[in-house]
Amino acid sequence: MNTPVIQLRDVRFRYAKQNQDVLSIPDLRIYQGEHLFIQGNSGSGKTTLLNIIMGITLPDAGNIQVLDQTLLQLSSKQRDQFRVDYLGIIFQQFNLLPYLSLLENVQLPCWFSQQRRRLADDVEKTAMRLLGELQIPEILFHKPVNILSVGQQQRVAVARALIGQPNIIIADEPTSALDADNRQRFLELLFLEADKQNSTLVFVSHDIYIAQYFSRVIELSDINLVATV
Amino acid sequence: MTLLKIAAKSAWNRKISLSLAMISIAISILLLLGVDTIRKETKNTFINTISQTDLIIGARSGPVNLLLYSIFHIGDATNNVSYMAYQAISTMREVKWTVPISLGDSHQGFRVMGTNSDYFHYYRYANDRALHIKQGSPFVDIYDTVIGYDVAQKLNYQLNDKIILTHGIVATKHAQHDDKPFSIVGILKKTGTPVDRTVFVSLQGIEAIHIDWQSGTRSPLRISAEKASQMGLKPKSITAFMLGLKNKIDTFHLQRKINEYHDESLLAIMPGVTLARLWQSIGQFEQVLMIVSALVLITGLIGLLTTLLTTLNERRREMAVLRAVGAHAYHVIMLFMLESVFVVAGSCLLGVVLLYGMQYVLQPFIAETYGIHLGISLLDGQQILILMVAVLLSILLSLIPGLIAYKRSLQDGLMIKI
Repeated sequence: MNTPVIQLRDVRFRYAKQNQDVLSIPDLRIYQGEHLFIQGNSGSGKTTLLNIIMGITLPDAGNIQVLDQTLLQLSSKQRDQFRVDYLGIIFQQFNLLPYLSLLENVQLPCWFSQQRRRLADDVEKTAMRLLGELQIPEILFHKPVNILSVGQQQRVAVARALIGQPNIIIADEPTSALDADNRQRFLELLFLEADKQNSTLVFVSHDIYIAQYFSRVIELSDINLVATV
Repeated sequence: MTLLKIAAKSAWNRKISLSLAMISIAISILLLLGVDTIRKETKNTFINTISQTDLIIGARSGPVNLLLYSIFHIGDATNNVSYMAYQAISTMREVKWTVPISLGDSHQGFRVMGTNSDYFHYYRYANDRALHIKQGSPFVDIYDTVIGYDVAQKLNYQLNDKIILTHGIVATKHAQHDDKPFSIVGILKKTGTPVDRTVFVSLQGIEAIHIDWQSGTRSPLRISAEKASQMGLKPKSITAFMLGLKNKIDTFHLQRKINEYHDESLLAIMPGVTLARLWQSIGQFEQVLMIVSALVLITGLIGLLTTLLTTLNERRREMAVLRAVGAHAYHVIMLFMLESVFVVAGSCLLGVVLLYGMQYVLQPFIAETYGIHLGISLLDGQQILILMVAVLLSILLSLIPGLIAYKRSLQDGLMIKI
């Protein structure tokens, strides 16, 4: 494999007023084009790890590099910009803004990032293509998002994460609100689209059942050296 | 641009609560602007109670006192002006016109003013408004009278009604000029000035009713109305007189000349100056009104603040999504700012529209009832300042929810557990 796109070295983090670290990761490398599944139970520091990768929270110690950029060297504004330029993010639920249409929701990152706008080329067309590939019926494109099912909403969120070809897709338990059928379809489409634009996928979940679909699986407790209570 | 669009759509999504806040602020802005307009017009009407009269001359007393009794018919003259002095000043070369004023009698609590028909010609109020006779004509006969609008309204008088004047200000049975009734020949239009509450008769009429009176009581020697009218009466003195100049430049010069008049101690005042001085001492209530209105506006703005604060929790998710798609933390503050600027700018617009609408509808009524002429004009600098302060305050207040949301968005990061 080539050089890692994400690299954590001796990263430690603890929340204010706590006397124990939540994270202590000596070494984590994530490589270009990987589908990485990070499994961890709730409270194991999954979200904290993602926040550190996304530059939302800074580690207390250690070094974190994303796409050759040392996040600690960036100002908070630069980290915000870096995030939207290179990262597509999918939440567990409620990814969409209720007052925007489907199409507008998908285009959001391009409104804030010149780079994503440039890579998406014709932003609206690209958004429509992505929605179509994610099996969203075209009659819904200009509708408000609240008429969608949860499964559809999550697929719209995938389209938004993918638009403008960000290098890394970060997904935080995106399937937890989906039933088994929807979950499988969601994953297939996510992989397909991520591969199409050669994006690296970092997927975090407690659901060990879906781990089988990923090219690489990490148990968070294996790389996190914090003594579990 | 992006943020503006997002802020607009987000606000539209909460249009009901926001438009309620907008309406309540609009009403307080309407109140503030309305009070300001009325206060300015009231002041304007007051200052212009009498205009285009260059000097008012009476016996020497204080300027405010002279103004009060000659124009507002409040209080009494300490002394009279001799008719000789009046005639001497009238014929000075700088003088264009003079109108005599003779006070002292009353009718049902309304003051009676003896003058001549020039009064209706020269009296001006509200810059350049002349008196208009609503019904009838000025007096011709010695026992004719023209009454002000309020007098006719209050006492329900019609043309050709006969009225009895009372000697002095307080009505007593023994001091009625009941032997010489006056006939109403004219009723004036509403002016919003003391003219409305005045009964006008000729100087000769005043002389006629007093011909058989001496030092405040009726003499046993009675002279009938017909007889009195044929006597060719000349007044010996008047209370005060109004004076117009050929050239305004002479105002100070003539004022000094009259104040130093050697035969009699006289006082000449410039009505505009004295009115302004009087307003300063009685016009304090306008400030109280403005303060009350300003407080109402602040209440409205706090209402908006409450609306913004109550949405903070439900918007937590919205902020997280925006942060995830690249919005900076300061964008979050901007969203709240833009939203409250939308609301308050909308309120300002709505308030101004309401103000104009109400002025348009109420103008005839107010002019008729209070004699205040509310001109529909563009907002003046002060009123635009009020609107700008409102918008500025809204920006300042929006910092509160903005900063809270900003702080939360830093704490929450992108992941929010519902």
